Amino acid sequence: MELTETDRQLIGALRDGLPLAERPYEALGNSLGLDEADVIDRMCGFVKRGMISRIGVVVDHAALGFDSNAMVVWNIPDEEVERVGAMFAGLSWVSLCYQRPRRLPDWPYNLFTMIHARDRTFVEDRVAVMATLPDVMVQPPAILHTTRRFKQTAACYGTPREG
Amino acid sequence: MDDIDRRLIDRLQDGFPLDDRPFRTVAEELGLDEDDAIVRVRRLRETGVLTRFGPLYHAERMGGALLLAALKVPPEEFERIATLVNELPEVAHNYARGHAFNMWFVLATETPEGIYAAIAEIERRTGLTVHPMPKLAEYFVGLRFAV
Repeated sequence: MELTETDRQLIGALRDGLPLAERPYEALGNSLGLDEADVIDRMCGFVKRGMISRIGVVVDHAALGFDSNAMVVWNIPDEEVERVGAMFAGLSWVSLCYQRPRRLPDWPYNLFTMIHARDRTFVEDRVAVMATLPDVMVQPPAILHTTRRFKQTAACYGTPREG
Repeated sequence: MDDIDRRLIDRLQDGFPLDDRPFRTVAEELGLDEDDAIVRVRRLRETGVLTRFGPLYHAERMGGALLLAALKVPPEEFERIATLVNELPEVAHNYARGHAFNMWFVLATETPEGIYAAIAEIERRTGLTVHPMPKLAEYFVGLRFAV
């Protein structure tokens, strides 16, 4: 379904997030010449069409002390990856779990998990637990600790507002 | 950050209502004043605990694309290459990680074609090979992050 010009303007006005006001949707509408109900209807439409996955917050893990983040990557036989992926995703300390292609010969890993933790020992202990789960260990996983974070910005959509 | 902040963040991770007084709806659930909820969200945004408050988009359904990719950067070149990569507006995230594949970034573009252009531009600028790591399958994890 195509977005209208008004939809694009609304998405552009949301670039920096929702206004912090008692009636945020009314405040958004005021800047665009739309009434509150129209803004809410359009945003409900975006949610129904799956363009907005949710309205909520992004938490800075590091600001909360979860500054020992690691990407832990596994080499799982292709016929087992779906089962192991679903199992890993169910663990409370796993925040993301994706299957990605191997890049042989340098990169034999096809299952990527993100673990957010307050210290490296926690990460290593949890990885040791995961490695004992049935049929996981073809070879030891690689733990790629985050050593620096250079950039973390949101993708931009919609029509930027003038000025 | 106090306990109320933590409960508020927890609640907001479940989503924010699309009604005319959404802060009041959330505040009532938590036994707070509407004004207090607004003040707290503003403070959490300003102090950077929340990096976004508002809609979170599904890149592909917005017509755009996301891609994780890695570079093997010679350690002595790391700073210079990081600067070159970070300059591109298509680079949404970039992390140094402990591995031979030591630079990991996410490209976010408004069109799928934009991804190829961004890869080509990074390779041109850095003289290094970009290793794309596209998503083949996503295994669902809860969205909540316990605070």
